[in-house]
Parts: sequence; structure tokens; C-alpha cells
Amino acid sequence: MSLVARHLEEAGLPTVVVGSARDIVEECGVSRFVFTDFPLGNPAGKPGDVEMQTTIMGMALDLLERAWQPRTTTQTPFVWDAESNDDWRRHFMKVDDSNRTALAAAGDQRRAAQADAKADGAGRG
Amino acid sequence: MADDRRTHRSHVSYIDKSRGYYGAQGYPQAYQWAYHHAVPFAALEKPLAECRIGLITTSFFERKVDKGAVAGSGTKEPYAALCDDALGGLYNKDLFWDKDNTHTDDLDTYLPINRLREFAAQGRIGSLADRFYGVPTDYSHRRTSRRDAPQILEFARQDELDAVVLVPL
Repeated sequence: MSLVARHLEEAGLPTVVVGSARDIVEECGVSRFVFTDFPLGNPAGKPGDVEMQTTIMGMALDLLERAWQPRTTTQTPFVWDAESNDDWRRHFMKVDDSNRTALAAAGDQRRAAQADAKADGAGRG
Repeated sequence: MADDRRTHRSHVSYIDKSRGYYGAQGYPQAYQWAYHHAVPFAALEKPLAECRIGLITTSFFERKVDKGAVAGSGTKEPYAALCDDALGGLYNKDLFWDKDNTHTDDLDTYLPINRLREFAAQGRIGSLADRFYGVPTDYSHRRTSRRDAPQILEFARQDELDAVVLVPL
């Protein structure tokens, strides 16, 4: 997605990325980025929270208007859990003794499915 | 939020996490994430209140998803569709996001058509384009840069967009 933003900017079209994967977007390098520190899935605001969604889109529009140089990131003021419970950060894509065997098995299964798909001519690229 | 002291940065590094996660699944080669030192920058050419804004998502309509496809396998093509047709929601189950902690039942959390239309009604932007645009989250930088991005630019030119909001899920 960030590669698309860069392509549009190179063609003269201003862009703003609204996202929650800060490292991925900033490593790729985009002109304008509104970062919300949420679990992946709701970069434009929490479900049902119209006020928050409006604030985040408003910040994106502000950035379109006011950023004067590339790599301008603003962070929205919102936290995912009012109690500052950060479990979601640790839980997502975790690798530890509780799931190591299951992950290895899932990888084997995925590779087998991809090999089957390729053999059937369904795979591409 | 209370002040605190931490030994690690607070923001999740998905680059670091994915390396460990896919390594544990038996993929020895870490994914090569896009990195650029130089970043292009285009300024708005007219007041925002006169601009037609386009919206880009990584989500797709369910009927366009190949059920047998693995996310990122290159079986999706970039598309343009009417915003009105997306109001019932898009299909996200095959995308990679935190399904344990949230949901995508509210369209405006990942494709803020309604919020941007409200900004248009208030005069903050000129308009939201009638169409929005979808781009696959592709494993291949080459496909994204050489196939998808030029197609999205063509859509943007057809619809005479002045600026674009990109919302990766």
C-alpha cells in the first residue's frame, strides 16, 4: 500500500496513509502518515465510535493540507484500551513454547496446500 | 494514560514480529520489506475544499476473492468500484489483522466512506469520488509497483482525483 502511495506522489498526486503498522509504513517511506496505535484492523477508528473516526479522518485531511515535507507522521491521541492493557501487543503473532509446535505444523500444512495448488495448476506467480 | 518507563519501544514492530512468526512456521528466509531512503512529495494544488478525494483500501468484495488463494499469492487484481456498493461492508477474513482483538463489521473503521462524505457535506473537502479503489497486499514488491500502482494511478486520473487517502487494513 505504501508503494502505491509513493507511486501516486511521484506522479504528482498528494497522498496520506492512515494506518496502524508504523514500522512497515515508515520503513517504506511515505509523504504523509496518520498513525493510530491500535491492533491491525481499525486504522480509521474504533467500531461504532463515529467521533473518533471523524477525528482521525480530520487529522488525515489536516496533513494533506499542512504537511510541507515528506515523512510527516502524526499520531492520533487514542489508546486501544482505556486501562492501558497492552496484552494485544504481546498476543499478536506471538511465538513461545505454548504455540511453537502448532506454528511449525501450520507452516508444513500451508506449504503442502501450496504445492497441491501448484500441481493442480491453480497456483500463479 | 499514565507515564511509564519501558525497556522496549511501545509500538508493535510488525517487521520484527513477522520474522519470528514465519521463522517458527519453517520459512527460513525472512521477508524483505520495502525500504526507501528518499521519499517523493506532492503538494496540494488547490484548496482542500475544492478537492476531489479518492479512497484506497486493501479489502476486496467477497465475490472477487479466490477462496483457494493464500493471502498475498497474487491472485487478486486492483479494482475500482462504486462507494455505494461497499456500504454493506467488504470481505476481510483472508487478510492479516488482529482477529482476536477486534472486528471489521463497521466499514468506517477501515474504509471511511461515510466519514469523508460528512466532511464533503460540511465543505471541508470538495467531494469524495464516486468510486473507491482496491489494491492487493501482495508478497511481490514488483507486482505492487509495476502492475498495481500504475493501475491505481490510471483510476485516479480517470476520476480526476486531487488527493488520495490510503487505508491499509
